[in-house]
Amino acid sequence: MSEYIIKNGKVYDPKTGLKGDVSDVCIKDGKIADKVSSKAKVIDAKGKTVMAGAVEIHAHVAGPKVNEGRNYRPEDKLFTYKPTGKHTRMAGGFSIPTTFKTGYEYARMGYTTVMEAAMPPLYARHVHEEIKDTPIIDEGAFPVFGNNWFVFEYLKNNEMDNVCAYISWLLKTTKGYAIKIVNPGGSEAWGWGENCTTVNDPVPYFDITPAEIVKGLLTANEQLGLPHSIHIHSNNLGNPGNIETTLATLKIAEGVRPNNKFGREQVLHHTHVQFHSYKGDSWGTFESGAKEIADYFNKNKNMTMDLGCVTLDETTTMTADGPFEHHLTSLNHLKWANVDVELETSSGIVPYVYDPNIKVCAIQWAIGLELGLLAKDPMRTFITTDHPNAGPFTRYPRIMKWLMSDKSRQDMLKGFKHSDKVIAATNLASLDRELTMFEIAQMTRAGPAKSLGLYDIFGGLAKGMDADVAIFDIDEDKIKDPEQIEKAFTAADCVFKSGTMVVENGEIISSGNKRTLWVDAKVPENKQVERDVQMKFLKFYSMTLNNYEVSNHYVPNPYVIEVDSN
Amino acid sequence: MNIVKLTLTKVSDLYLEAENISPDHFAGKTAQQIGELHVHLGNQTEKISDYFSVEGKGGATAADTKIIVSGATDKVKYIGMKMTAGEIEVLGNTDMYTAGWMAGGKIHVKGNVDSFCAIGMTGGEFIVDGNAKNYLGASYRGDWRGMMGGKITVKGNAGSDTATFMNGGTIDIGGNVDVHLATHAEGGKVIVRGNAKGRVGGQMVKGDIFVLGQVERMMPTYIYKGDEEVELDGKKQMFQVWIGDMGERHGKRKGEIIYGKIYVSSEGAAEAPVARTERKKKLTDKQLDQVKTIFKDQEPTVQQIRTYIYDTFDIDMKPMQISRLIDGIKR
Amino acid sequence: MSKTVTDVICPFCGTLCDDLVVITDDEGKKILNVENACAIGAEKFLHSSDLSHRVTRPRKLQEDGSFKEITYDEAIEYTAQMLVNAKKPSMYGWSSTNCEAQSVGHEIAEICGALVDNTAAVCHGTTLVAVQNVGIPSCTLGEVKNRADRIVFWGCNPAHAHPRHMSRYSIFPRGYFTGKGHKQRKIIVVDPRPTDTASIADVHLQVEQGYDYELLQAFRAAVRGQEITGDIIAGVPKEKVYEAAEILRSGRFGVIFFGMGVTQSLGKDHNIDAAIMLTKDLNDYTKFSIIAMRGHYNVTGSGQVLGWQFGFPYAVDLTRGFARYNPGETGTIEVLKRKEIDAMFVLGSDPGAHFPMQCVKEISNLPSVAIDPHITPTTEICKVHVPVAFVAIEVGGNCYRMDNVPIEAKKVVEPPEGMMTDTEFLKGVLKRVKELKEN
Repeated sequence: MSEYIIKNGKVYDPKTGLKGDVSDVCIKDGKIADKVSSKAKVIDAKGKTVMAGAVEIHAHVAGPKVNEGRNYRPEDKLFTYKPTGKHTRMAGGFSIPTTFKTGYEYARMGYTTVMEAAMPPLYARHVHEEIKDTPIIDEGAFPVFGNNWFVFEYLKNNEMDNVCAYISWLLKTTKGYAIKIVNPGGSEAWGWGENCTTVNDPVPYFDITPAEIVKGLLTANEQLGLPHSIHIHSNNLGNPGNIETTLATLKIAEGVRPNNKFGREQVLHHTHVQFHSYKGDSWGTFESGAKEIADYFNKNKNMTMDLGCVTLDETTTMTADGPFEHHLTSLNHLKWANVDVELETSSGIVPYVYDPNIKVCAIQWAIGLELGLLAKDPMRTFITTDHPNAGPFTRYPRIMKWLMSDKSRQDMLKGFKHSDKVIAATNLASLDRELTMFEIAQMTRAGPAKSLGLYDIFGGLAKGMDADVAIFDIDEDKIKDPEQIEKAFTAADCVFKSGTMVVENGEIISSGNKRTLWVDAKVPENKQVERDVQMKFLKFYSMTLNNYEVSNHYVPNPYVIEVDSN
Repeated sequence: MNIVKLTLTKVSDLYLEAENISPDHFAGKTAQQIGELHVHLGNQTEKISDYFSVEGKGGATAADTKIIVSGATDKVKYIGMKMTAGEIEVLGNTDMYTAGWMAGGKIHVKGNVDSFCAIGMTGGEFIVDGNAKNYLGASYRGDWRGMMGGKITVKGNAGSDTATFMNGGTIDIGGNVDVHLATHAEGGKVIVRGNAKGRVGGQMVKGDIFVLGQVERMMPTYIYKGDEEVELDGKKQMFQVWIGDMGERHGKRKGEIIYGKIYVSSEGAAEAPVARTERKKKLTDKQLDQVKTIFKDQEPTVQQIRTYIYDTFDIDMKPMQISRLIDGIKR
Repeated sequence: MSKTVTDVICPFCGTLCDDLVVITDDEGKKILNVENACAIGAEKFLHSSDLSHRVTRPRKLQEDGSFKEITYDEAIEYTAQMLVNAKKPSMYGWSSTNCEAQSVGHEIAEICGALVDNTAAVCHGTTLVAVQNVGIPSCTLGEVKNRADRIVFWGCNPAHAHPRHMSRYSIFPRGYFTGKGHKQRKIIVVDPRPTDTASIADVHLQVEQGYDYELLQAFRAAVRGQEITGDIIAGVPKEKVYEAAEILRSGRFGVIFFGMGVTQSLGKDHNIDAAIMLTKDLNDYTKFSIIAMRGHYNVTGSGQVLGWQFGFPYAVDLTRGFARYNPGETGTIEVLKRKEIDAMFVLGSDPGAHFPMQCVKEISNLPSVAIDPHITPTTEICKVHVPVAFVAIEVGGNCYRMDNVPIEAKKVVEPPEGMMTDTEFLKGVLKRVKELKEN
């Protein structure tokens, strides 16, 4: 296979400790090498920034609710469609890109691995069909477990071995990567139009609380030793005063130690924390709780978070938090789609316009950035927008600009219609920290990879790791205007995926050979769970058990992470 | 004002997409350069000069540019799309999307226009001397923000789905209007000087509709609130006032609910319900006998009979109806 | 000797039953029996095995109106040439084939600059338009089975069109929270006609034909306790409207199923729009969902694949190199009526039977190809007819149920000797199209 040497770039790589040191990066046979032959193609990166390919830990890019979003928002594609190119299929959709666009736009930004945030198991085949049609990037998907009837029953009865067997079976059947928990208990309550808004609200009929669900799944995750920790979207998302619920949820993980062979050091990952960091008791008294949340994360080092930054665009919200979406449509009266999935979960979609001239939206924008700026450990704080909920992932370069440039933030704050009220309700105006390029690399590459248990393969430039490399036309020491940051990270000069050049001069030149990551956790045989599964399929599911499993040809290029959980 | 004259020299076999015919695109260009601008025919890219002769040159800005289009332009789409200033005058008919997403300036079509005209309009003036088809001044599929501003005047009739999701601006129809007028409207003003077919103001949140003729059947979710004198065309007239749509949500101002309003001219009050019949597709006994005779000794397929009935009687029967017909004959 | 294949998916309607049992001969060539299927599904399986009726090779229409056999390669050549040379070709159908074939077809359409459309055009396209306006609160069919105690059939007749729907999901099953089966469900049927489905209803509202929209809006007002004008609303006495609204509000989980009675009658998408808004309003009082009774077994799948690849569920126009969408302009019936296309490619559907005659006439005037295992009214008017293997019987592939759940169909028997599958044929066309475009 091809050899490349990227010469003279300023390399930012937490894995090998390079903080902008001028260094060469060698690629051979799809991996990072320590040296290459003279036949290697030379890429001149003088004066440019070199990093590993970025790792997206949470985005809604493939599956039934994403597609419902696409199909029900033709207006999302009006006038912004990119025609078929020499190496690319046509690509459209501003807040909900088509699968082709998803692959191309991530790659252009130097992202090479992406995790689909929520996969309803009954629809897993659909998720994988879309993953298959997303070029270049390696992907995995998180099946949702927090509203699953099997999980409820086993945890209620304290049957840890059984829940572990079920989790292992479901990961294998759906070709899933990790345990995702969304609005635990609440989305099942939504099956009756109800919700769980605190960690102690019992789920109707199943009589288990969100706290018990989270605790049980957290324990199971460590018993299984999975590469990633539980990945949670806690209850009460989006409501003023919800930091109480967030802290109560995080407390469940306090003091628990991780158990795994993948270098993972956290036992809980909380996603899009911005939406869960609200103080106040109404929209009128709405204010930032970022300080309290950031303090908690700074103290408790066995947790990681991703930001969920609001980008102040017109976008589309979509989550497995069904009741929240119904609440949102009652606020903005925009079209609401909902799908409740038997025995497993629910989901909702509502378009949303984050208007900078609306006080609440501007405060939300500030909170996301505050969480990033108050974080003491960028290896445990990741940049996301919960795409497309708080904004499209194509805005990541803009978020990087805001985090790296105080001036750009102050300009935004001054430009808001309710500037004074926004400043009063947040901490952002007084935070002048500017994240460094190295810290950005931690928040977008090394940190997420490590949290996912993939730090031996992705997120770094150590010898033997996958040759996912990105070169950006920017020099940290020569930035005169923050816009340069956004421009440079929007379209990389060059991107390698598994040692193949896929982006050159900001344009896609190859569709690569993407893989699907999934986890095979081997557990002891469990006849009880087998029987339970058979029984529930026979009596309650609308599909037969034999038709449920995602067969291998939906995962044509699998990358299986094996875990011995015996 | 600089005038550019476009005369159609060739009628296309398919339909021409001519979004480049707009003062914004012609401004600052010579006739030669205008001729070089693209038009599209399916997946083919051609030039304006392939279909039009071009005389004159564009003004310095869009506002200084007037375009006169003549010839049989019935199959030309997108004239005036997204224009912000200037004028267009079309002497004949146009096809779909004329004045689409118009933001300013003026378009005057002396003939008829097809569907989706003035879609997503935000400003300017669009005048049609003839008739307009469906979705006049409507929103694009999925967009809850329809017409936001500007004025549309159609001297003839308009089709169905006029003013869908209207938010602002005015639409004035000289003739009649078909079903589903101002569905989902949240603002704006519509005047129908002829009759309105039905489903007027369905799901309307807010807005004002004036019908000077008759409403075929008022929605059951509109409530008659009595008669009132309201100003229209500069003079006060007597109208029946109907408020609704009672099945829809409504905003409040100062504690009062703001309903959508339909003003029906007291002369043309809504009459007793007229049964709405979809075009019946039934054969007369004589026609039925003819069918029986022709196919007497054969075992015809549903498709053969369907084709025969269409060719001979110009009636398009659905295959299910034909099957039932055959069963009936066999008995 | 025989073989038994279980958990077979039925390739007929949107109910997409996946519990069929098919018994084949030992060689796996002929179907002997089908269990659990409805009469129509069983017939589809058994009929496919009757090789005396199968066309096994492509045929080309001759000058004298007869058909002459040609090879698959010749058919591929004709198809590729037709698509490459057309200025605005249409590739229509896709509803009776698997997602893998649909995907290859899309690639061809993108390269050639064509329109891609599926049978939603004659069926639930109007539903898709309504969803684009107002969204859709919905659920999977298993939720109906396990929770529903209020069922509404509006403008559809599942007893005839989706025969096992009521026994598998909507009326009779005993689910987790619905142990008493149909005894704890209240059924409302809204239909101008006294259908078989109406005969099992607790309430049958015989709405005046063509006035469903008015009745739906009146229901919305009734649910909110608002005033309505008139004593008879669209053929239904006002008290009955308020009574029915109360039945719906008093339930704990309701579902509205709807079909052609409202999607293709006057108002079309507006009817569905109002029904969806009614469902949404009911969620302020109890839990309600709405599900479209999709017709073809994989029209939903076509909408899904078009969705993730291009962003629109049907009536997609790729002619300008980027996707555009506007039913009323880009839909196949419109473009045929207005004579806006110059070539027609049909796969997995029968427009010749279902389209208005004016459109059927236009198809017969154009260069045209029909890919279909059967001889149909469409194949009889197209210039080339290419037979292919039956999806879900002779070749597997992914399909999507009416509630968007993906189920993978199986191959149960071998196709006739030498017969291609949709995917194989399309891949041949794609290869040839790429060659032609290169030159």
